Amino acid sequence: MNIKTFEELLSTVKTRGLDIPSFVQKVEAEFLEIPVSVFRQRILKIYNIMKAAVNSGLSSNELSKSGLSGENTAILKACAEGAGEKHFSLFSPFQKKVMLYSLSVIEENARMGKIAACPTAGSSGIVPGVLIALEEELKLDEDTMINALIVAGIVGEIVSEKMALAGAVAGCQAECGVASAMAASSAAYILGGSGEQILNAAALVLKNILGLTCDPVAGLVEVPCVKRNVFLSIHALTAAELSLSGIESKIPVDEIVDAMKETGDLMSTRLKESSEAGLAKTGTGVMIENVLRQKFCE
Amino acid sequence: MSKNKTLLDIIGPVMIGPSSSHTAGASRIGYMAGKIFGADVSMNQIGNSCAGSKIKKVNFTLYNSFAKTGFGHGTELALLGGVIGFLPDDIRIKNSFEIAKNMGLEFNFSYKEDFNFHPNAVEISLVGEDESSSINVLGTSVGAGEIVINKINGYKFDLRGDYTTLILIYKDAPGVVYRVTSLIQSQNVNIASMHCDRNAKGQVASMGIALDNEISDYTMQKLSEINDMYLIRKLDKIR
Repeated sequence: MNIKTFEELLSTVKTRGLDIPSFVQKVEAEFLEIPVSVFRQRILKIYNIMKAAVNSGLSSNELSKSGLSGENTAILKACAEGAGEKHFSLFSPFQKKVMLYSLSVIEENARMGKIAACPTAGSSGIVPGVLIALEEELKLDEDTMINALIVAGIVGEIVSEKMALAGAVAGCQAECGVASAMAASSAAYILGGSGEQILNAAALVLKNILGLTCDPVAGLVEVPCVKRNVFLSIHALTAAELSLSGIESKIPVDEIVDAMKETGDLMSTRLKESSEAGLAKTGTGVMIENVLRQKFCE
Repeated sequence: MSKNKTLLDIIGPVMIGPSSSHTAGASRIGYMAGKIFGADVSMNQIGNSCAGSKIKKVNFTLYNSFAKTGFGHGTELALLGGVIGFLPDDIRIKNSFEIAKNMGLEFNFSYKEDFNFHPNAVEISLVGEDESSSINVLGTSVGAGEIVINKINGYKFDLRGDYTTLILIYKDAPGVVYRVTSLIQSQNVNIASMHCDRNAKGQVASMGIALDNEISDYTMQKLSEINDMYLIRKLDKIR
């Protein structure tokens, strides 16, 4: 991709009179030396994998190898369906569906099911959670969903021009944070946002995840990653809602990405996927790690 | 970072969880190692080292983060699955231990801490049915499912699976590079990049050549006819 910044993306689509997905699919297909229709087919194939992951996740309560996750989807599903719900629900049925679908995918990931990394495996629940819930709720067609996924993809791709999307390089900012920005932009696209609003949604997400570390217990993609996917899927909705209402980020998205990279560089390596500090080294975190080590290394 | 990045690297790859580096990357390294061993290479003329021989035994040495957290990421399952031929999206990875046992493939894992190695490094040693054929591969998982094969039998390489790649290990002699590249050019195949190494003058040298197009069996045949070729493999693009 020869587009390196969000500003460049926006000005280029404007000059050419295209919307974001139409422009991006053209450039990507040219780069891959395939017809646009084939590129769209590939995106659709990935979207269908995401849907299949939601479905497998919803129908399983198998625990992960470590036993640290796998049971949560069934619990949330029962609650979302109203069974045993005793409290006033703070979220709408749509929001609960977003949470449930994100959780479903990321638990499927933890139990070695098939998922599409988006942008990474550890953040693979966020974009599917938001997009598949929107598709069902608004009865959207296939073409819209492909376009939405292209929007999500270009947001991640432009961020990745400046920084590696890996917890080991920049903490969870670069994984769940970027996934949430991708989801927010695609939601804003689906709901008819302008180019500015689509990218502003990403800006609002990223501003509010700066400094997010990657400190998983025992080095596994489970604690806190599984629940963090749920949180950041809702974070994406907040950003899309604000952006569509007309609230703008004071700092432009490209500058926020620079700030995120700087924050990642300043972050101690102990908090970047090495499990040497933070949650991983809490009393309980260490206890879990020791139990697992005994269980698997004897 | 890959030079060949597209949006499909962000939305994707499709893979078996839970970790792009520790699961998807691991299976890619295993897969490349299996292909380098070349059990499925049918041309006997390229039957220098291992080609056509069935893999009998495989030993994995996991380093650092691979060693420390592999157990919960299915890293061992993915490495072994890769050697058998399972790519990152193959659900059989989850059962690769059983599948390997049923195939009669022996496998063993050991674990080391050594910070001279990358955090996610693995050494794979593959032994063929005739005990004399063996290949050693050093691979690293560099993030987001991307991998590098750094060494084959101790010779330096830089294989990322993003191009169709030709690998050669041969007796160092004047003119070999010329003969290899001119054979490739004569087939109208463009070279994207090339990497050479050797242990000492006149001894053993290695070449890794990334190609823009497919290379024919005929060219492979011709390449194998060059004197003192110890190993020639064509590795298909895996991403």
